[in-house]
Amino acid sequence: MASFGRFIRLALGAWALLVLVTAVPASAQQVNPTASAVKEQQLLQELNRIQGRVSIPDQRSGVLEQPQGREWREFRNVTLRWIGGIAILGMIAAIVIFYLTVGMVRLEAGRSGRTIVRFNGFERFVHWLTATCFIVLAISGLNITFGRPLLLPLIGFEAFSEWSQWGKYAHNYLSFPFTIGVVLIFLMWIGGNIPSKVDIEWAKRGGGLIGHDHPPAYRFNGGQKMIYWIVVIGGGLVAASGYALMFPFYGTGIEGMQLAQIVHSIVAVLFVAAMIAHIYIGTIGMEGAFEAMGSGEVDVNWAREHHSLWLDEKARTGPNDGQPQPATAAAE
Amino acid sequence: MARMKFLCDADRCIECNACVTACKNEHEVPWGINRRRVVTINDGKPGERSISMACMHCTDAPCAAVCPVNCFYTTADAVVLHSKDLCIGCGYCFYACPFGAPQYPKVGNFGSRGKMDKCTYCAGGPEADGSKEEYEKYGANRLAEGKLPLCAEMCSTKSLLAGDGEIIAQIYKERVMKRGYGSGAWGWKTAYRETIES
Repeated sequence: MASFGRFIRLALGAWALLVLVTAVPASAQQVNPTASAVKEQQLLQELNRIQGRVSIPDQRSGVLEQPQGREWREFRNVTLRWIGGIAILGMIAAIVIFYLTVGMVRLEAGRSGRTIVRFNGFERFVHWLTATCFIVLAISGLNITFGRPLLLPLIGFEAFSEWSQWGKYAHNYLSFPFTIGVVLIFLMWIGGNIPSKVDIEWAKRGGGLIGHDHPPAYRFNGGQKMIYWIVVIGGGLVAASGYALMFPFYGTGIEGMQLAQIVHSIVAVLFVAAMIAHIYIGTIGMEGAFEAMGSGEVDVNWAREHHSLWLDEKARTGPNDGQPQPATAAAE
Repeated sequence: MARMKFLCDADRCIECNACVTACKNEHEVPWGINRRRVVTINDGKPGERSISMACMHCTDAPCAAVCPVNCFYTTADAVVLHSKDLCIGCGYCFYACPFGAPQYPKVGNFGSRGKMDKCTYCAGGPEADGSKEEYEKYGANRLAEGKLPLCAEMCSTKSLLAGDGEIIAQIYKERVMKRGYGSGAWGWKTAYRETIES
């Protein structure tokens, strides 16, 4: 019995010694709890952002770090200003040079004194609704990009902040009528704006801008169709990206909003450049053009020179579409 | 002047949210706005770490660079502050911020962004130090009283350090040396373009 007890003691002792011997080197080294810990740089390399769980109600604050704001900053402060500056100043310069060298596109046959309805009251209402909204949106938008370097030093912090605050309100609220206008433009003029073979011919002849050429066109010529699609596609893009910015986190995260701002601002500055050309050709650029959106009636000679096929069409269909015939208009 | 920084020792943070609570209480931060929050990464998995994060008061701060109305300014202590009188609530600083620090109260129709609110490093705003107006807009100005941010003061494990960047970096280095490990100064590379070698 005693020998058995001694054996047990010996066995236990040997076992304890064994444990000690093997354990000592391990415990001598300090336990490193960071061996499996998350590493900041590794997480950033994997996803370019670090996200986790938060116990506060605002779950969006779970994004701990997203350094790509740096690239967005570069875009917003440098790239965009170059794109916008070149597009808008370039367009203005091109128009000034064109105006000084070629001048206004005149009515070659002079005014006939007879008019024809080009745009009815509703069409003109939609046009001016969209146009006035666009001008306010453009100015308040350009202010966000160019105001700080250009306007702030002139009027000071308080005045510039006040003006920008109103600009922001106007930009946000007028986006709704603008969007409605774009949708209505899309619906009411889609019929006349499907590109066709006539437009290729029109484009080949440079739209008749230089010299005394008058390539035939239906209700909308190639250039007007371009403007139409710029408004529809550009307007659609700025509206969609703008609402993503106005309603943060509805379907977008921070990256989504950075992307939305990039799309919004690039499309917007190009849109502004295109509209400067549109405003030019609709006012001082072409004799007899403004009336189309002013009174809604254009001179028959203007229609003959710029929209010959449309005039033919009108003459054929007559008053069936509820618009006065050229002859009737002439009788007045 | 000191260059003030925050440093969260992620190996010490126990996600008690004392910093969050201290901040909210000290500055009477309104409901829905959190100037500081604790984010837990790999929650419940091995290697889980919690980091307390607020505005890091970056060097060459992106928020200040992109602000359309230039409402940000940097104090002599390198604390990045802003004027709520000038802020128009456009959201640009939020797009640029690497740390999600800017917060906007939802005011007006469509819950549009109000004046931006963020961590002030307990240094108030452009109003007179300790004035009622300053308190209402930005919260307490502890720095003017010679005190450091309350979040760090109240940290239960002294994980969150606030103070002169060189001093807190030294404290952190000593800790890392003594205990033999450290997962680094989170956000420092992004905010200050530097890390603490350990």
